[in-house]
Amino acid sequence: MKALLPFPLLSATLLAVWLVLNQTVSPGHILLGSALALLGGWTMTALEPARSRIRRPRAIGRLFVLVLADVVRSNIAVARIIFGVPRRSITSGFLDIPLELRNPYGLAVLACIITATPGTLWVGFDPARGILTLHILDLIDETTWIDTIKGRYERLLLEIFE
Amino acid sequence: MIASPDLPAWAALLTALFVLLGAGLTLTGSLGLLRLRQFYERVHAPTLGTTLGTVFVLIASIICFSVLQTRPVVHEILIAVFITVTTPVSLILLVRAALFRDRVEGNARNFEWRAPSSERNVTSAPTEDRSS
Repeated sequence: MKALLPFPLLSATLLAVWLVLNQTVSPGHILLGSALALLGGWTMTALEPARSRIRRPRAIGRLFVLVLADVVRSNIAVARIIFGVPRRSITSGFLDIPLELRNPYGLAVLACIITATPGTLWVGFDPARGILTLHILDLIDETTWIDTIKGRYERLLLEIFE
Repeated sequence: MIASPDLPAWAALLTALFVLLGAGLTLTGSLGLLRLRQFYERVHAPTLGTTLGTVFVLIASIICFSVLQTRPVVHEILIAVFITVTTPVSLILLVRAALFRDRVEGNARNFEWRAPSSERNVTSAPTEDRSS
C-alpha cells in the first residue's frame, strides 16, 4: 500500500484538481486522474520531501476563516493607505519576530498567509535562531503585529503541524 | 462586450458589480505602485490585485457561467488556489533581491528596522553577512 500510494493526501488532491479542472466525474476522467495522481505520488518519492502529519482539521477551518477575514480587512486598510493618507505619514518598516514554529510545511503556509495579506510581506526566516523578518506597510504598533502573527497564525499552525 | 441574451438581469448586474469591484481593487493596487515612495512599500500594493481583486473577478465568473450553463461552475476556485500558492515565491524573491542590493550598496539606513528589544540591530535576513 505504501509503495503504491506513498503520499495519499497528495494523490487525492491531484485527483480532485484533475476532476475540478475537467468539470466532470465521468469514469474515464476518474481513471485518467487516478493514473496521474499515482504518477505524481511516485515522482514525489524521488524528491524525498520531509514527512509531516496534519492534525486537527478543525484548526484548519478556523485558520482559513481567520485568514479570509484578515485578507479582507487588510485589503481595505492598504487601499485606504494608497488613497487617503498623505504620502509622508506612512510608517513602514522591517520587523523581527521570534517564532517557535519549525515545521517546513507550517512555515510555507505561514509564508503564503503573510504574503496573501496585503500590508505584510515575508522577507526572510533564520532557521538557526528562529527569527522571522517581515516588512510591514503600516508599522505603527509593533506589538499588534507580533500578536497577530504569533497569537493567531502561529498558534493554530503549531496545532495543525506539530 | 460579448452579448449574452440568456443572462438574466439580476445575474448580469451581480456579475458587473463583482467585475467592477475586482477591477477597482486591482487598479487601486496598481495606483499604489505609483504613489508609494519606497520599493519595499510598493511591493505591498499589487497584492491587492492578487488577493481580493482576483477573488471578486472569480466570483463574477462563477456567477456568470453558472447561470449561463445552468449548473455550478466552480473550477475558478483553482485559480485562486494557484495564485495564493505561487505569489509568495516571486514576491519574496523580489524583496530579497532588493535587500541584498541595499546591503551590498550600503543603503542599510534607507530602511527602518524594528525588532523586539533584545534582537535589535541583529539581522536575520537572507544575506548573512552585513559587514561585507
